[in-house]
Amino acid sequence: MRLSLVALIALGLASPALGETWEETLAAARGQTVYWNAWGGDKRTNDFIAWASGALEAQYGVAIRQVKLSDTAEAVTRVVAEKAAGQTEGGAVDLIWINGANFQSMKEAGLLYGPFLQELPNARYLDLSEGSAATVDFTIPTEGYESPWRLARFVLTYDGARVETPPRSMAALGDWAAAHPGRFTHPTAANFMGATFLKQALIELAPDPSVLQSPASDAGYEAAVAPLWAWYDALRPNLWHGGEGFPENESVLQQMLNDGEVDFAMAFDPAAAAAAVERGLLPDTVRSYAPDAGSIGNISFVAIPFNAAHREGAMVVANFLLDPAVQAHAQDITVLGSYSVLDPTKLDAAQQAAFAALPSSPALPSNADLGRTLAEPHPSWMTRIVEDWTRRSTE
Amino acid sequence: MTAADGRWMRLCVLGIVLAGLVLPIVTGLWQTGRAAFGHLPAVGAVSISLDPWRALAALPGLWRSVALSLWTGVGSTALSLLLALALAGVLNGRLSAGRTARLLAPALAAPHAAVAIGLAYVIAPSGWIARLLSPWATGWQVPPDVAIVHDTAGLSLILGLMVKEVPFFLLVLLSAQGQIAVRASLAAGRALGYGAGTAWWKLVVPQLYPLIRLPVFVVLSFALSVVDMAMLLGPSNPPTLAVAMTRWFLAAETRLILPASAAAFLLSGLVAAAIALWLAGERAVAALGRVWLRRGRRGRVAERGLVLAGAVGAVLAALAAAALASLLVWSVAWRWSFPDAWPESWSLGAWMRPAAGWGPAVVETARTGVVATLLSLALAIAWLESEDRAGLGRARWAEALIYLPLIVPQIAFLFGLSIALLGVGLPAGAPAVIWGHALFVFPYVMIALSESWRALDPRLVRSAAALGAGPWRRLVAVKLPVLSRPILTAAAIGFAVSVAQYLPTLFLGAGRVATLTTEAVTLASGSDRRITGVYAVLQAALPFAAYLLALLLPAAMRRRRGLAAS
Repeated sequence: MRLSLVALIALGLASPALGETWEETLAAARGQTVYWNAWGGDKRTNDFIAWASGALEAQYGVAIRQVKLSDTAEAVTRVVAEKAAGQTEGGAVDLIWINGANFQSMKEAGLLYGPFLQELPNARYLDLSEGSAATVDFTIPTEGYESPWRLARFVLTYDGARVETPPRSMAALGDWAAAHPGRFTHPTAANFMGATFLKQALIELAPDPSVLQSPASDAGYEAAVAPLWAWYDALRPNLWHGGEGFPENESVLQQMLNDGEVDFAMAFDPAAAAAAVERGLLPDTVRSYAPDAGSIGNISFVAIPFNAAHREGAMVVANFLLDPAVQAHAQDITVLGSYSVLDPTKLDAAQQAAFAALPSSPALPSNADLGRTLAEPHPSWMTRIVEDWTRRSTE
Repeated sequence: MTAADGRWMRLCVLGIVLAGLVLPIVTGLWQTGRAAFGHLPAVGAVSISLDPWRALAALPGLWRSVALSLWTGVGSTALSLLLALALAGVLNGRLSAGRTARLLAPALAAPHAAVAIGLAYVIAPSGWIARLLSPWATGWQVPPDVAIVHDTAGLSLILGLMVKEVPFFLLVLLSAQGQIAVRASLAAGRALGYGAGTAWWKLVVPQLYPLIRLPVFVVLSFALSVVDMAMLLGPSNPPTLAVAMTRWFLAAETRLILPASAAAFLLSGLVAAAIALWLAGERAVAALGRVWLRRGRRGRVAERGLVLAGAVGAVLAALAAAALASLLVWSVAWRWSFPDAWPESWSLGAWMRPAAGWGPAVVETARTGVVATLLSLALAIAWLESEDRAGLGRARWAEALIYLPLIVPQIAFLFGLSIALLGVGLPAGAPAVIWGHALFVFPYVMIALSESWRALDPRLVRSAAALGAGPWRRLVAVKLPVLSRPILTAAAIGFAVSVAQYLPTLFLGAGRVATLTTEAVTLASGSDRRITGVYAVLQAALPFAAYLLALLLPAAMRRRRGLAAS
């Protein structure tokens, strides 16, 4: 990043910004209502946040008001507008569910409060060793400016009643689509999920995937993406609507799978399909899996804007989300079904037992179905392939 | 005395309108304009340059977005107007004005977003129509791979806009018909040997059109800059300019805000160009029409045109009804797979637990709508009363002032306005949203109320004055009770306008103000039609309830007064 090593160390060692102890934070947080700006397109997440609000209110006197976003960037724009108007405190956004490009953009513009992760007592359950998944957001070191709350893995979902043997790699997917034109599509690359689909293909197809971990340079870029676009140019005519239009996001795609408009959906959450079956949103014949080579995985974070009106409350919420009992509750397929971000080796026996006792479902992939986790490419790759895709698809 | 009183009151009203209505629009435009030329300190841009315009021109799909906006905006307006003119001819003499207005109420009350969501559920390849016909008639076991909703030509968007704009034009035409001698014109036409349909087109339409020109421009500007309906039905890749611009405004990369501001200016130019194009079109149509008139043929083409319009109108009405019905059915479905005509299992689950879902949104929507409507109504009555007291008619510039918020595209000033509001320490939130809504509610209330107010029999007021009633007593004891029905109707229209607002809520509410409309639009890009159905049903039900109330309340009040008198 732009910060020098010395500055990094200084940041890491710096005591909490106001020198508060956790007890002081808890006391200040009591009675606050935290405006949590979170994507609102998923009812399970919304329900989970509503549940968390109730539990927090009972335990700490902190309430959550979810500001349901259709795109996380809306919250970024809001903070930008506030900064523009010189509003350095009392901001409208207290907590943001944030990732990747949005995080990078806010961090670089100095729009985030922190570092605060080290102040959270439950951070001790995380694996915070250098380069671990909980400390890196799309290859950007989080440096304590965000706190993890849920694990995401890229999976494909298909209807077993219509597809017998799903393709196990991106190359095989191209062949499948050629044999079944109009039955596969992906969300627009302007959307996070669509971009993730392209990145998954990029990792599988790039001659040397290791270059993806450093910023995309002009020299290496063309060579790395050439196989991707060759594959995509062959795939696109066989997509739904001839590749002329794309669903807005993965939820719309899931709805299309349910309607039978396509045979595949995709998610960044291995439990999404199982939960959808539970709620009557997908037929019980759907199954989820990751390509044989593994799939992209990352952790979702929450961050606090520099001018948050209820900063202490936001920190209490972030800490609550890391509580092992809360993480186990979130992993329950009947609740949220999002995999835990905690390091299992740091949990005691009782805490581990809570995870082991969770219910299962046929649409829930086993660890074997998921295979290994592939690291996110550096965000500059995503920015560039999305730009390329937009140019190519609107031509 | 009263004349001086009236002038004073008029000045006050004008002051409020200038400060509350014109100032925010001008400030918003100014802020957006500065950003369009590179000045937005928030993102570190402080120099004046053409860079935002260069960046805008370099954005992929820009020109297709511009073309799409023009095509869907002008196309939907022209088709809606043509159809409404024909339908007014079909309905004329068959249905009383009052009944027509009541029949139009549900279509007018339903917000654009609810109509769009429902329409998508009906016309999509996996939609209700295809489900009703499959597989027995079509042979489809899975939906066909054709683009209907979000089609690249924007036809679904045009259809959706027509479903909303045709009833609006019909209502406007209804009131215009009251201002000209329709029956006498038709009788004259028939005496000259023209059929009723031909006489309608040749004699009545040329008289009607000049009276509804401003509403036509309002619709044109709206159709070019609509965001919610274009997101739900319009092309997605690229979308219309208004949608693309909204996305850029809200994009993660803040550098897109500057080109987005430039796009907002471009859209204003587009609206101006479309109006100019329309005016040129008017001349061409008038010239051709004169040739058609002079030839004096007594043919039957126009009659057939009216029959066709009747059929198209009936199809539109059926689609609108099916769209609203599909929302209701989805809201109580559990599983409803293609190609089943009806859900295979039902559930009230989506309606349960309002406290965790739609309850607060209903309260927020109703509160915003009621306050914005009451404010607008009070201002409108003050304006009209001040005109009466000053003994002055409406100046043309005052008319233009009322139409200003409806003709300048919303998005061109809303983002700038949200920055300006923050700048003066007025934070985003419920009060800002109410104000933002009032910007659009007030003009409609004013337009709805003006005509009835001026049509009030002056003898009533004069008699009251002769009996010694002062100006306030005349207002409270005579005018307001006599005008209770049009006042309530204007309130219902204002409330419906407020419920339907999407962009002002989004931009001025900082996301904290969640109305049924913003929630429904967000949920429509989710995976649960049942929940979306609940929000959209409620969104359509609230304004409908307001219309119903406006219809029933005066009758109930009269009955009570009647009983008291007897």
